[in-house]
Amino acid sequence: MNDVIINLQEAYVSYNGSAALDGVSLQVRAGESLVLRGPNGAGKTTLLTAINGLTPLLAGSIRVFGLAPAGRTVLEVRRRIGYVAQVGAFDPRMPITVRESVMTGVYGRLGWRRRVSEAAHAAVNATLDRLGLRPLAARPLGHLSGGEQRRVMIARALVQEPDILLLDEPTASLDDHTRADICSVIDELNRERGLTVLWVTHDLDSLPASCMRVIRMQRGRITTDAAPDGEAASGRRP
Amino acid sequence: MVSLMQYEYLQNAVMAGFFGGALCGVVGVFLVTMQASFLGICIAHAAFAGALFGLLLDFNPMAGAILFSLGAAAVIGPLSDRGAFSPDTSIGILFSVMLGIAFLIMGIMPGGRPEALSLFWGAILTVSRQDIFVLAGILALLVLLLLLFFRQIHVVACHRAIAAAAGIPASLYFYGMLSATGVAIAVSLPSIGGLLVYSLVINPAAAAYQLTYNFKLLLLLAAGFGVASCWLGLFLSFVFNAPAGAVIILSSALLFMIACLLSPKRKPSLWRNRSKTTFPQ
Repeated sequence: MNDVIINLQEAYVSYNGSAALDGVSLQVRAGESLVLRGPNGAGKTTLLTAINGLTPLLAGSIRVFGLAPAGRTVLEVRRRIGYVAQVGAFDPRMPITVRESVMTGVYGRLGWRRRVSEAAHAAVNATLDRLGLRPLAARPLGHLSGGEQRRVMIARALVQEPDILLLDEPTASLDDHTRADICSVIDELNRERGLTVLWVTHDLDSLPASCMRVIRMQRGRITTDAAPDGEAASGRRP
Repeated sequence: MVSLMQYEYLQNAVMAGFFGGALCGVVGVFLVTMQASFLGICIAHAAFAGALFGLLLDFNPMAGAILFSLGAAAVIGPLSDRGAFSPDTSIGILFSVMLGIAFLIMGIMPGGRPEALSLFWGAILTVSRQDIFVLAGILALLVLLLLLFFRQIHVVACHRAIAAAAGIPASLYFYGMLSATGVAIAVSLPSIGGLLVYSLVINPAAAAYQLTYNFKLLLLLAAGFGVASCWLGLFLSFVFNAPAGAVIILSSALLFMIACLLSPKRKPSLWRNRSKTTFPQ
């Protein structure tokens, strides 16, 4: 059995007095692939942002690789986590290209003054190819469609070579074909590299094949934590 | 005009226009890219209040301006991040406090009003060599920091949350950019003036922003437009015998309007309709 790399104990987060996470405890082992489900406002996004330290806890504890995602160790934790957020459309005038956006994934691991290595450039090119973004590499990020921008954000997270991937509805606004291909890329990384994946989705039809657990959340709490078969049997659309 | 360049005060004005214009243009890119222009207004008024505070207590106005603008940058960052009010409201309140302090000091200042008014309107024709050395030194420091941290500054300016998620100390760079803006505004205050310096920060950068998607080129263009605004303003103020600070700002606004007319960004539909790609088979 692999080690527990994400460990939440009685985690509590509140926005304006209402609990977004209400005493959530969760253990995730290296190489696991989890799907988080639940209605809007259930706390799924807050759970992801708490894991990478973007949302601080009011009570309880989180350890990622044994480190707290806060204070001095927050950057060390974030560098090992690829996070694809739900981001709205980018400003079409923003002075950043697709390639530069994807390169952001490399910069977190660089010390100051260190140049980007040839290997990192090659990894960026390979990821652009893998996600079908190479023809768009020189285009301004804001000129892409919503679905293309999602792919850029996924590429940025993958270039980071993370140990954990947090995906917040990564396939929303993507067509069926691209959605299936994104799933297969993530499944492949989970199988080949043992990448740990936490995936928020509303779409039961796009559960990744590698999914081992489906966690259902409601009102800031985990209500069920089950194998995908049972979840799918009770929740899939007819 | 060329024969007039033998006068030291004009040589100083031209040099102050070069270093101050480039400095304001570069920090303006940070604000325009982060869509945080209102932060610049607030910092500019804090610098003005600080300079007046220095005059009132009889110490170097530039030191007072730097102190107040850095203080404002330190307060504005957290306010815009996690204030109980919306960032606009918090920054608006701080802006009004700084303006109130500035006018209060101007009101109670015993016999120092000409100097205070010179800080208000700016006096590029009376800039000293020492002021120019300070402007040049701060510009050199800013260029050095840009060379060292260009990549990180670029991504933080474009999308701070994504940079933070990738493990870049985004807040550190954000506060660094705000502090650089504060210092740049403070040292440009004697030549451009507290009322107008904000425009020299925003207008050249906003003009450059219309013309390119390349961040390096954006910085170079903004610096160039800042210098061009100062020199064109100086020339026109000489020709029409008008206040230099005001004409410099009007020149920068003119450059912005021309840039808007020539902007390729006015036609984003041309980009959107270009080839869409699909996932590789």
